[in-house]
Amino acid sequence: MNKQEQKILFELQKGLPLDKHPYLRVAEKVGCSETDILRFIKNKQDEKIFSRFGLIVMHRNLGYQHNAMVVWNIPDARVDVIANKMAEIKCINLCYRRPRVLPDWPYNLFCMIHAKSRKYVHDTLTNIKTELDISHYPCAVLFSEKAFKQTGAKYVSN
Amino acid sequence: MSLVDQLPLDAIDKSIINAYQDGFPLVSQPYKSIADELSITEDEVIWRLKKLKKNKILSRIGAIITPNTIGVSTLCAVAVPAERLEEIAGTINSYNEVNHNYQRSHRFNLWFVLTAKNEDHLKKILALISQEIGMQIMNLPLQTAYYLNLGFNIE
Repeated sequence: MNKQEQKILFELQKGLPLDKHPYLRVAEKVGCSETDILRFIKNKQDEKIFSRFGLIVMHRNLGYQHNAMVVWNIPDARVDVIANKMAEIKCINLCYRRPRVLPDWPYNLFCMIHAKSRKYVHDTLTNIKTELDISHYPCAVLFSEKAFKQTGAKYVSN
Repeated sequence: MSLVDQLPLDAIDKSIINAYQDGFPLVSQPYKSIADELSITEDEVIWRLKKLKKNKILSRIGAIITPNTIGVSTLCAVAVPAERLEEIAGTINSYNEVNHNYQRSHRFNLWFVLTAKNEDHLKKILALISQEIGMQIMNLPLQTAYYLNLGFNIE
């Protein structure tokens, strides 16, 4: 990203102003035109660098208070196939592969289930295990308890 | 009980939340565009969004960045003695590079996400935090993203 793009991203990280001409307000801060801002966002969407652009909600305050990070130890040779199927399942919000850290951490596949009750999380988990036939692989469920911090990532600083 | 149960969110609030977590209008007056879609006024859309923000339903209007496209990030975990959890969470939160920090039900009970402009900076911060809290940090960088969060639906 060039200097101007970094400045635009820095301003956008603060959230779009709730003003009738929000892109113009951002442009004024950056020192460019409104069109530059709109083109920047469009380009980042086209390049898949922005996976989405819009309202970012506090899911806990929307009723999704039972959030589980479910981790699995899946053999490396099978993890891609299983993860791609897992990603298709409704209610899975994120699905990532991460390294194992042995001996402390044997798990290589992470998914998030955000739900309105613990029962829903457990039911979803039972379905996943049956549907993907992965009951025999080690799995742990880490419910989120206290949120100490939940803000947007700051990729660009001043 | 969640805030949604305590705060009256009406059908229009819910329509806005469900429809605009992605594909936010890229036009000079985006709130006018939303207003036209919902047959309300631009002022009302802005007023509703301000209300959602005040009620901590809306964090902000912005971009979710695909991991490791701009800058780098990683998921970290620490096994913290229960009596030191608040203190250590506070220390970790004081770093600007930390954007999420959660207590979770596991021996590794504190989980946070670090984001930085490059790998060097990330490693430096990781070392600094580890030194300051006097504990080993488990570093679990993303290797493959099979699915990214596309937003939340509210009924």
